[in-house]
Amino acid sequence: MVLFAIFCPILAAILIMVGAPARKTALAAAILTFAAALILLASFGHGQGNFQHVTSFTISPEWRLRFTTGIDGLSLVMVLLATIVTLAAVWFAGTIERYENSFYACLLFISGAAIGAFASIDLFFFYAFHELALIPTFLLIGIWGSGNRVAAAWKITIYLAVGSFILLLGLILLYQSIPPGWRSFDIRALTVAASLGQIPADAQRPIYLLLLIGFGTLVSLFPFHTWAPEAYASAPAPAAMLHAGVLKKFGLYGLLRLAIPLLPEGARYWTTLLVVLLLGNIIYIGLVTIAQKRLDWMLGYSSVMHMGYIFLGIASAGILGVTGAALLMFAHGLSIALLFALAGELRRRTGTLVFDELGGLAKVMPFAGLAFGFGVFASIGLPGFANFAGELMIFFGAFKNGWEMGAFHTFQIATLLALWGVVISTVYMLRAYRKTFMGILSEQWKQLFDVGPALRVPVMLLVGALLCYGFFPQSFVRVVAPTVRTYLTASRR
Amino acid sequence: MKITAPELEIAVLVLGMVILTVEAFAAKIDKRILAFAAIAGLAIVLFASFFVAPFRSPNQATGFWSFYTADRLSIVFKQFALVTTILVLIMMIDYAPVVRSSFPGTQDGLGEFFAVPIFTCAGLMYLVSAIDFVFIFVSLELVTISFYVLVSFTRRDPLTLEAGTKYLVLSALSTAFIVYGIAWIFGVTGQTNLYRVADALANPAVDRVAALLGMVFVLVALGFKIAAVPFQIWVPDVYQGAPTPVTAFLSVGSKAAGFVVLLRVLLPFLTLPQTQRLIVLIALLTLIYGNLAALPQGNLKRLLAYSSIAHAGYLLIGVVCFDVRAVTFYLVAYLLMTLLSFAVLIIVAQQTGDEISDFDGLAKRSPFLAFAMLIGMISLAGVPFTAGFLGKFFIFYAAVLQRQIALVVVGVLTVGCGFYYYLKVVRAMYWQSTPRIDKISVNGLSRFAISALVIATIWLGVYPQPIFEALKR
Repeated sequence: MVLFAIFCPILAAILIMVGAPARKTALAAAILTFAAALILLASFGHGQGNFQHVTSFTISPEWRLRFTTGIDGLSLVMVLLATIVTLAAVWFAGTIERYENSFYACLLFISGAAIGAFASIDLFFFYAFHELALIPTFLLIGIWGSGNRVAAAWKITIYLAVGSFILLLGLILLYQSIPPGWRSFDIRALTVAASLGQIPADAQRPIYLLLLIGFGTLVSLFPFHTWAPEAYASAPAPAAMLHAGVLKKFGLYGLLRLAIPLLPEGARYWTTLLVVLLLGNIIYIGLVTIAQKRLDWMLGYSSVMHMGYIFLGIASAGILGVTGAALLMFAHGLSIALLFALAGELRRRTGTLVFDELGGLAKVMPFAGLAFGFGVFASIGLPGFANFAGELMIFFGAFKNGWEMGAFHTFQIATLLALWGVVISTVYMLRAYRKTFMGILSEQWKQLFDVGPALRVPVMLLVGALLCYGFFPQSFVRVVAPTVRTYLTASRR
Repeated sequence: MKITAPELEIAVLVLGMVILTVEAFAAKIDKRILAFAAIAGLAIVLFASFFVAPFRSPNQATGFWSFYTADRLSIVFKQFALVTTILVLIMMIDYAPVVRSSFPGTQDGLGEFFAVPIFTCAGLMYLVSAIDFVFIFVSLELVTISFYVLVSFTRRDPLTLEAGTKYLVLSALSTAFIVYGIAWIFGVTGQTNLYRVADALANPAVDRVAALLGMVFVLVALGFKIAAVPFQIWVPDVYQGAPTPVTAFLSVGSKAAGFVVLLRVLLPFLTLPQTQRLIVLIALLTLIYGNLAALPQGNLKRLLAYSSIAHAGYLLIGVVCFDVRAVTFYLVAYLLMTLLSFAVLIIVAQQTGDEISDFDGLAKRSPFLAFAMLIGMISLAGVPFTAGFLGKFFIFYAAVLQRQIALVVVGVLTVGCGFYYYLKVVRAMYWQSTPRIDKISVNGLSRFAISALVIATIWLGVYPQPIFEALKR
């Protein structure tokens, strides 16, 4: 079933390239993968932290390279997120004027690559699947993008390529830091080796730093974030949804997956650095976001900013904070995809996303206004949305973690400062909402009409998932927490 | 019947002579038949090579086996040379109209155009087996002289003529260097066999400085073959001016043989600490120069020339770490992706030209060629699930293992450059639009060869084991 979820989009993409009807095939593949993810969720053995549904093929005995896939609680929710956003993005994409087949093929490739990365147990394939999404992203922005698409496409591709190769160095170093008898790319084997103390503490520090820079570049950690806003502003909406919503989470997922169980000493050593950088994300990028004059750029920056909270949760290295980080990853993926979809729809209809030219659109597009409102409130972190639960857990987790460490600690200062981020995001999100949907409707937009079912279905899908986990975060925690506990116990031993 | 390794080269040489003879006496036939015959003959030799049992020359061998070895490495690279030559011949068939237009008669010169590469192939096959400086020199000359002919083959074109002259002069210079270097090494150690040179160098009485000097001269000559900085000046002009199939042959065959010889020649000298530092320096320069100079190129042949320098840099990282497996895998990956790019280039260049802007809108005109070129380019850039990525992975693995921090840092940064200039081609094919809408036709043999290369690039990118098995066997 895991293999099906990975290869269904990729096979569909190949079919589309050789000439199958683009939209129908893509939709069918997206629905099938979503169904597969739901089946995985239903059949998932709760309360266990280990990998399930494991399949494995030997690639190279000398390098102990095996193509191994499987899911634990964390990868399950990430796969679920990927399939939901894929379905929404494909549904939203509609008719494409130029090269329709290539467009859908690229989308499905990104989706398959993301699912493959989340479901790979072998580090090599975990890495390789993520890189596979690079070229489709380049093409999507380059061919179908808007604005300064050429520069944006180069920037994201080169940034991510270099970031990935730094990450690759970190992974190679990780592999080599283990005594030869233990060497493996299999995360399970690595975890066992780490828990037996086979990764020396002084070897962990450089590895963690490389992983932090590599993954950080992929997640737009300050100061490696400059590719993100521009790329998301220029990308066609479905591509931005998939990239900001799903693919970017790969870096966070990787840090959770590797840094906490395998490199606890490295993580401890670089905590202060990470905290400073993530505050850069929250405060500095937050302020930059307020200054934005265009909706697409503002959304791009806001997605960079929100990564800061998730990093805070990861840095706290406690069960509450890390579970909260996982929940916020999931929730942010849904809410940012929702906002990018609506922004893309606005651009399609009005041809502009400059705040000063918009206004009062809720009068002519009530449904879009409502949906955008949901997205805005989710992003701010209002109770009832999954984001709220995630942020709350992160703040509690981080603050409490600081308490355990004694007196007044970095974490408490960081948490207090990060809380201001909520205020900042309230300012820019509500302002964006007011300037776009409230106020006086300009004469030129009077003939606009509300969005049709093509957009309503994905919006309802995304909002539904957000509300579902917002009201019942326990159902999410139940899946993820055992896995997180396994990671943390591996690191404590 | 048991086949031994030297019989392979003899078969190739005989094949070459037969084709030349037929060419001389049968004037009436379509000369492309000769190319098909050559491809078939080489394919048979390639098939036979899989039944050759590897035989490593013992250290104190005399006679033939003191300068010829048939170890696993050499067998793999004999097959490598054969595959390259077959693919180059297939490209030459596509290129035949250009050669024809360059000669007065309709068929003049075509026969030789198809026959000379076979001799180059034999030279490459000898070269990878050579373990004696004299034999290295002789086979290197066989390769180089046949390249003199090939590079300036379409001599009506002034660019080609310029390329031929440059190649001739600089190549002769590098030959002088290698002879001089061999003389020094022989003078110091009294040996030309590589194993015995190694033994002699272990003797503390030997003058290390003089031996090092000889090694540096040899390194200069080999640096010329593999296009390492600062011996790369000839590369862009010769690559651009030479007939495109010959460029492909130069950039793959000549380079691969150069690296095998480099690995063999360096072995005795690795005990000298200066050697490694020197190669680290060359590798750094090659990486930086090749990648930076490739950035602004607008001509695809020239771009591939600089990319060939850049890849020599990555290969030199493998040489510094002396990881034979990594270097071999990288060379095989390099063969696949480079020949793939050249095969597409030859077909497209005859329709439009060899500037990158001539590839505008190729995705519309021929989705097949555009996809093949896409695979070639992303493999050269190093995207996972292609052979090029695994090649870089193994190279970086070796470098990290040996803590070659400078090489790793520069290597990673230059990979970023690579993404830019390779994707420039992808951008032209997929983003840009073109007023031309006529389709580009591809003949059956080329379509087969290109498909095979695409499949092999992806296959080795997922499953690298066959190469390691071949080296282990």
